[in-house]
Amino acid sequence: MPTIEVDGVRYEVREGANLLQACLSQGLDLPYFCWHPSLGSVGACRQCAVVQYKDEEDTQGKLTMACMTPAADGTRLSIDADEAVGFRASVIEWLMLNHPHDCPVCEEGGECHLQDMTVMTGHTVRRYRGRKRTFRNQYLGPLLNHEMNRCITCYRCVRFYRDYAGGRDFDAFGSRDRMYFGRAEDGVLESEFAGNLVEVCPTGVFTDKPFSRTYTRKWDLTSAPSICHGCGVGCNTLPGERYGALKRVHNRYHSEINGYFLCDRGRFGAGFVNADGRLHSAGLRRDDGSFDPVPPDEALRRAAAAMANGRVLGIGSPRASMESNFALASLVGREQFCSGFADYQAGLMAAVVEAMAGPAIHVPTLQDVEAADAVLVLGEDVANTAPRLALALRQSVRNESFAAAADASIPVWQDAGVRNHGAAYRSPLYQAAVLGTRLDDIAEASVCCPPETAAELGERVADQLGQRSGADTALSDDLRDFAAAAAQALGDAKRPLIISGTGSGSAAVIRAAAAVARALAGGERDVSLCLNVPECNSLGAHLLGGGMTLAEALTSLEQGEADTVIVLENELSRRAEAGRLTAAVERANVIVVDCQEGWTPEHADVVLPAATFAESDGTWVNYEGRAQRFYRVFPGRGDCAPAWQWLTRLARTAGQEFAERLAGFEHVADVTAALAREHAVFAEADDAAPEAGLPAGLRVPRQPHRYSGRTAMHAHVSVHEPRPPADTESPLAFSMEGQQPRDPGVLLPFSWAPGWNSNQSVYKFQAEAGGALRGGPAGVRLDVTRAAAGRRVEAPAAAADRPFRALPLQDVFASDELSLHAAAIRQRAAQPYAVLAPADAQGLGITAGSGVRVVSGGVTVSLAARIDPTMVSGAVGLVEGMTKGLFVEPGMGVDVSADPDYVPPSDGVIARG
Amino acid sequence: MTEDAENKPLSARITAAGGFVDIDAYEQGGGYQALRHAVTAMAPEDVTQTVKDANLRGRGGAGFPTGVKWSFVPMGDDAGDGVKYLICNADEMEPGTFKDRYLMENDPHLLLEGILLGAYAIQAPQAYVFMRGEYHLAARRLEEAIAAAEARGYCGKDVLGSGFSVAVGLHRSGGRYLCGEETALLNALEGRPAQPRARPPFPPASGAWGRPSIVNNVETLCNVPGIIRHGAAWYQQLGRGEDAGTKLFGASGRVRSPGLWELPMGTPIREILYDHAGGMQDGYAFRGLLPGGASTDFLVEEHLDLPMDYAAIGNAGSRLGTGTMIVVDDSVCVVDLSRNLQHFFAQESCGFCTPCRDGLPWLESVLADIEAGRGEPGDLELLDRNAHYIGVPGHTFCVHATGAMEPLASALKYFRDDFEAHIRERRCPHRQHGLRREPI
Repeated sequence: MPTIEVDGVRYEVREGANLLQACLSQGLDLPYFCWHPSLGSVGACRQCAVVQYKDEEDTQGKLTMACMTPAADGTRLSIDADEAVGFRASVIEWLMLNHPHDCPVCEEGGECHLQDMTVMTGHTVRRYRGRKRTFRNQYLGPLLNHEMNRCITCYRCVRFYRDYAGGRDFDAFGSRDRMYFGRAEDGVLESEFAGNLVEVCPTGVFTDKPFSRTYTRKWDLTSAPSICHGCGVGCNTLPGERYGALKRVHNRYHSEINGYFLCDRGRFGAGFVNADGRLHSAGLRRDDGSFDPVPPDEALRRAAAAMANGRVLGIGSPRASMESNFALASLVGREQFCSGFADYQAGLMAAVVEAMAGPAIHVPTLQDVEAADAVLVLGEDVANTAPRLALALRQSVRNESFAAAADASIPVWQDAGVRNHGAAYRSPLYQAAVLGTRLDDIAEASVCCPPETAAELGERVADQLGQRSGADTALSDDLRDFAAAAAQALGDAKRPLIISGTGSGSAAVIRAAAAVARALAGGERDVSLCLNVPECNSLGAHLLGGGMTLAEALTSLEQGEADTVIVLENELSRRAEAGRLTAAVERANVIVVDCQEGWTPEHADVVLPAATFAESDGTWVNYEGRAQRFYRVFPGRGDCAPAWQWLTRLARTAGQEFAERLAGFEHVADVTAALAREHAVFAEADDAAPEAGLPAGLRVPRQPHRYSGRTAMHAHVSVHEPRPPADTESPLAFSMEGQQPRDPGVLLPFSWAPGWNSNQSVYKFQAEAGGALRGGPAGVRLDVTRAAAGRRVEAPAAAADRPFRALPLQDVFASDELSLHAAAIRQRAAQPYAVLAPADAQGLGITAGSGVRVVSGGVTVSLAARIDPTMVSGAVGLVEGMTKGLFVEPGMGVDVSADPDYVPPSDGVIARG
Repeated sequence: MTEDAENKPLSARITAAGGFVDIDAYEQGGGYQALRHAVTAMAPEDVTQTVKDANLRGRGGAGFPTGVKWSFVPMGDDAGDGVKYLICNADEMEPGTFKDRYLMENDPHLLLEGILLGAYAIQAPQAYVFMRGEYHLAARRLEEAIAAAEARGYCGKDVLGSGFSVAVGLHRSGGRYLCGEETALLNALEGRPAQPRARPPFPPASGAWGRPSIVNNVETLCNVPGIIRHGAAWYQQLGRGEDAGTKLFGASGRVRSPGLWELPMGTPIREILYDHAGGMQDGYAFRGLLPGGASTDFLVEEHLDLPMDYAAIGNAGSRLGTGTMIVVDDSVCVVDLSRNLQHFFAQESCGFCTPCRDGLPWLESVLADIEAGRGEPGDLELLDRNAHYIGVPGHTFCVHATGAMEPLASALKYFRDDFEAHIRERRCPHRQHGLRREPI
């Protein structure tokens, strides 16, 4: 390890780092702007200047930019030398010439990297006598504000948006001191990663628009470590609360998963916590269909009465916590429990777990994904189903250019040099999906085909790699060439990666992906197989399993074998055909525990309001099989409680027999521990969270020490400061008192360090700047191979008995159930549409934008037509979440016709700003 | 060979033709013989070696040895897929400089032959001329020259039956001073903003579109045909001092006969100023000069006997630059001249790094304040400090701001009284102020 000397002190630093990274990794304060651990160095801001000395004799030294200088062994430098201190203060003075003095009204104030650096360099007095430069700001859509006057031209935004995330509708315009960062014209930023600009910008040019409507300073937010609800990736988040509302979500650094970035579905979709349709009180359905809020005990008594004869079913949920699912399974008994997937989904999940549990299969972290040097994406539209994974893939194709840069002695962190030199080098990514995707621009080759063809393609790639002669295939020459090229690239790679998942709706695709991975396994290669799952706890819910499928549960209710069903956080209209659901719930007592209005609560007899992730503690298992704990950010409003608590109370109300099944479920940790005891695959799940129950003084505060207004915010009720709510579930406190741990691991409710008020302060908690958090990356990887070999669920093939078959599509903003309740996400989501092949559209007299009527099972939906030449003929692409009321099973037959009465919905924007 | 042709390889043909040299005239004067010789009888590496031996140094301002630069280009099997670029920097934007224009408008084939030789030396299948957008006549002449040369087999496919092919394209700049910086030029050529690139990689290893690229100034390339034709020794002996060859020297400002002359490297300043430019106009006294364009330090009376070569001018604290001097007379207010120059450099900053982007406009505004009588005590110290922080090479991303600070720091050194008087008297005390607002 190289040794460097900084102001006379010697430090051992990592090989290959630059001086800025090396200094920060030692905990030293060295100001910077344009450098970012994930974006590398470009040398634009000149803020990280230090004096570097040639050798031991050199006393003069030379000013050099730390971020652009390798930390070579024996480097001597000074941060404190007068020349460096003076220069860094001058850089701030130059930046401040035009930066407005609007900190008091700027939303970045209090977490502004520019503020921090200004204070750190000691520039205090304005000498500039001229006018400040001004710009016209742009409308950038519902997610971001734009205030260009604050810009300090560090180029981070454009480097993130274009270079890192592949966006094309944002750029750096102009020159000299009038550089402008924005779009060519006003309009919604297209990239689903645009929200990261809020955190990437070192000052207040890009701020969170939904947040600004009910703005709160960072220091006034109550935050807790959390996990994103938006998909199966399990990004770590930091939601912040004030006045009983979720204010915003920031990224919570996780070295192996999300790093520094989230997608917009996750960042802004969490707004569903504040949605109008939230259920805040327990209620009973009267015979006339009206809903009566009642005290919780009354609702519980009514529910308990319904359970009295003991013929109770439980329907769990892939979006409910492990604890809630486990509590329900325990309450009703495993044989009466269904994990809550639609039957076809359960079949897909079974294929996923079977593949994951296969021998020699490595399931990669996103960090591993970024390191892959050849990728095959089979049947999954990753950019829409797991955006953060797509962002990682975007980095993986750069590996070849890193190797080329290394050959040319360009350090990997020297971003502009690597990109210029590496323009001609790209690691291969092969992709097969129903339609074109937002990864097409980085793909070596991309084919559009229906799932069964993708499966055949995958098998052919596996055949070629395994040098086995496959069955005769109907693949076209082009597809054979594609398969041959993909097999070649994967075979040549050191770290090949296969990506697939449930998005195609086809278990054959998943099995084909696994076959490719198996064919590659062995030898010198590190083979990874990444299978995406749709929801935040899909894998956990599936691993927990249950004794019945959803169809069986519905049949059982319909036929009166069971007369009561408890539905846990599950919108059943997305899981089964409306007719079947109606028939089932009409005969049964329906008890629903959920957070949000919908078809299912509307058809419930008893509703118990569930706390969301932000209002409860629990465990989700992501696509890797990583059990991760989310912590309560704030106590929910009204009667809201974690679903497992409702179930425990219900069990006690329902009598001894039920109560015994959930005996000892006092705290969330009790439930997790019971889960770990009962299911081998979850044996380590309770290691995902540190022990609760610390004494008050040693707890980790959810509030920064500058948290203000503790008495004022309740003064309209009482002038006495209320006692903060007790937290019996975690080592955190609803308080500003306590200790931020030095090695926080999972327990980092907010990021702050002396002098570092912005999110840049996270480096103070990392083992090295840009590396893992001290205390280790959050979560515990479960051993999926221990999954009890349950009944193999083979979903019956959907009946393709109509002229068109439905192919599932996903949309990053429209397809997640909960996110769509967030106003910002609804504004971002496209109007519901269906995709047809040109010939089919023509045959039906349908033109782009005109109405399409899709009919199945007696339900009709009307959608806008999109005509796509890559769509296979005889099929209609239907987007999950866009066919309200119409349950779509992949491959099922539907009727499609022109809808002359279709009126395109307005875009809903009545004012901009 | 006439004496002129022998001693003035850059301009003799133009003088003989009384202006524009067409392809016939160029051939008659021995044109394209160097190319014929090179592609038929010399290995590419030999061409590079000859240029190296001749000690030709870059005429765009930096003075880097041309043959050495060429030798950094990967050759043969090291060259990957063999795509390389020879790029001629014809983006002549340096204030007071018009030497490249003279060459391109009058003798485009000389440049073209230089380009073809360079491309042959590095085995580049593609050459580009990146030309200042305002050079309309030069662009037309060069396009015609490329077509004429192609028709006679000098460029395009299979040059003179040698098997070597090179296409020459003309790119006309959108117009930024910074396009003259070789890596900003590469970005502009690729259709990106004209901002400089980080080094490494250096262009000879990885330039345009990530491929090996050589960027040479027009005048530099115009020297190559002569070197190949007459040899390195001939070229060496053309110089009067340490540096080899001849150079187009120029003078602008209030001299009797401003213009451009091809003279041996190392010709003393006084000789250029008095023998060739005819000395100062009547009624104007010499105060100083910027020897190589606006981005070089002032030289004053005491420096007039220095030879115009890289080392001597460098040792005097300035730079040879483009060798076309701007002469400042006593009618010019040095503060206002400095403001004007900083205005230019601030305008032309690419906007990438902080000291240049934000520092230069600030200094311009301080100078404008001083000139307008609004200067304050402490302003000169502010200028000194900033000129140091902005001007030292390495403090900024490229040398644009370094160049901007050269005339300012040297003006503050040699003409400090002028600045102090402005602040003390809270006005511009210059006798002619108001009559001649614009110094150049």
